[in-house]
Amino acid sequence: MAGGPEIERLVLLLAKLPGLGPRSARRVALFLLKRRAQVLEPLAAAMADAAAKVRPCSRCGNLDTVDPCQLCRDDRRDGAILCVVADVADLWAMERSGAFLGRYHVLGGVLSALDGVRPDDLAIGRLVDRVGAEGISEVVLALNATVDGQTTAHYVAERLEPTGVRVSRLAHGVPVGGELDYLDEGTLAAALKARR
Amino acid sequence: MIAPILSSAAGSVAARSEAAPAVAVTRLDLSDFRCYRQARIDLDSRPVALAGPNGAGKTNLLEAVSFLAPGRGLRRARLTEVDRIGGGAWAMAATVQTAAGPIAIGTGRDPEGEGRERRLVRIDGAPQRGQAALAEVAGIVWLTPQMDRLFLESAGGRRRFVDRLVYGFDPEHAGRVAAYEHALRERGRLLRERSGDRGWFSALEEQIAGQGVAIVAARRELAAAIDRAAAEGVGPFPRPALAMEGTVDTWLDEGPALAAEERLRAMLAAGRRTDAETGSTAAGPHRSDLAVRHAGKDMPAAQCSTGEQKALLLAIVLADVRLQAAARGVPPILLLDEVAAHLDPDRRSHLYDEILALGVQAWLTGTDAELFAPLAGAAQHLRVADAIVTPR
Ligand SMILES: Nc1ncnc2c1ncn2[C@@H]1O[C@H](COP(=O)(O)OP(=O)(O)OP(=O)(O)O)[C@@H](O)[C@H]1O
Ligand SMILES: [Mg+2]
Ligand SMILES: [Zn+2]
Repeated sequence: MAGGPEIERLVLLLAKLPGLGPRSARRVALFLLKRRAQVLEPLAAAMADAAAKVRPCSRCGNLDTVDPCQLCRDDRRDGAILCVVADVADLWAMERSGAFLGRYHVLGGVLSALDGVRPDDLAIGRLVDRVGAEGISEVVLALNATVDGQTTAHYVAERLEPTGVRVSRLAHGVPVGGELDYLDEGTLAAALKARR
Repeated sequence: MIAPILSSAAGSVAARSEAAPAVAVTRLDLSDFRCYRQARIDLDSRPVALAGPNGAGKTNLLEAVSFLAPGRGLRRARLTEVDRIGGGAWAMAATVQTAAGPIAIGTGRDPEGEGRERRLVRIDGAPQRGQAALAEVAGIVWLTPQMDRLFLESAGGRRRFVDRLVYGFDPEHAGRVAAYEHALRERGRLLRERSGDRGWFSALEEQIAGQGVAIVAARRELAAAIDRAAAEGVGPFPRPALAMEGTVDTWLDEGPALAAEERLRAMLAAGRRTDAETGSTAAGPHRSDLAVRHAGKDMPAAQCSTGEQKALLLAIVLADVRLQAAARGVPPILLLDEVAAHLDPDRRSHLYDEILALGVQAWLTGTDAELFAPLAGAAQHLRVADAIVTPR
């Protein structure tokens, strides 16, 4: 490729980003290189900063610069209710809705035999431990309405059964395959309110 | 929502809506679509008769119209196969006249797909997430020569046929079928690994049972509705008797859906060991079959003559068109590839009468323009030759 190994490396790395293939990665690389001062340098600095400071919260799995994260430290939040999400993106979606005032637990994915994601790969054991240790009274499963999301929900509910904690689920008013991240705030708030 | 009407439609099938304007394609712009580099066709809502020699591009036009519905079109082609050889990613823009006024639909293969095939859909300029919204614009029903062997070939083809008819009333059926198949594949993988966690199995089986029974119920409802609609009259066509057959289907005859779900769940759990040995899931809607009989002769369709089978299939498709017309208030667009040539004159003229009475924009193809002469000014007659479409 024309332009030297630095550009090639940039393209290869960009192509690893979700939604970007080799062709769009080249376009993004060019976009960045043409806007050195406005975009490329501030972006590089922001990324270096994030790489140095952001860590997963050892309690809930959220990403933050402090551990435990701000959400886990916030005393105004209800410590007796846990919202289980697959991914930090879903946690953000819940926070955008502003409707949930408890704490979170990020599983780190959903069960998928085809993608090789097994129960041990998810923070399920840690969830069961937290329910016992933190005196949790309700666990809200906020998982996608996809097959994998719902399989994970069933599975987690079953693992929680021995703890006796009340387990509820978002009332998905969304078609099969619906993903939390795409729900608008109002829908998400309503789904939380009508949880069963 | 179109779904709930299915069960109540049969009674009103005979009452034909005269007032509502037909759903029709009034403009079709093709780019790099099969043999068409660039083509524009302007139409009105009358039926479209396409005549021209073999290889002219008639079926390709019908395929283009079939992409106005969700799915892979009437050839079930891979999206890249549709790209004109030597051209880029195919695209089409269509104007569809509907009860709500004209709607602009754009669709085509995503040129940025980066190895993954993806169909883009725009409705009135707005990009859609997925194709499901297409189903709300217009129903599209088709009959092609490839379907001639439907009664002779595997049950899988008949299930797909039924599923596509169900989508015409309930677009969410597509999501249920996809979810069911995904859950089955997941369970299959766990079975092969022989290491699956018991809770993981039961979580998957719970979903297989839930989605599966819903799928079976929807197929049964559709088969029964078509059966009733066909019983109201099929003119000179043989009357088809339809029924879904299968284990879960029988359970639904015997008791409520919840009980069937419970039985399917129990059967899956008990069958893990044998399923692991055979490498497939023994029971479920993926084993159901559509049984069609020639009602007059009380004979399975598979044992009927070639011409009788074709006539039975056409009778099913026409019954479906009537049902959709009753459910939506407007009939779907009907694509009949090479159908006219295979009918005797009596049946052909009945088909034309039915098309005109329903006010459906039917797209008919044939190599001989004479076939369509009886339609005269009631249809628009186009000539297709070497990928060029001209009015006749
Ligand atoms: N991807 C493609 N690119 C270019 N041409 C194609 C492509 N796919 C098919 N064709 C060609 O398009 C031509 C027209 O095909 P089509 O099936 O529409 O013919 P037809 O008019 O229906 O003929 P028949 O009467 O034989 O059914 C054929 O010659 C076929 O080879
Ligand atoms: Mg053809
Ligand atoms: Zn935390």
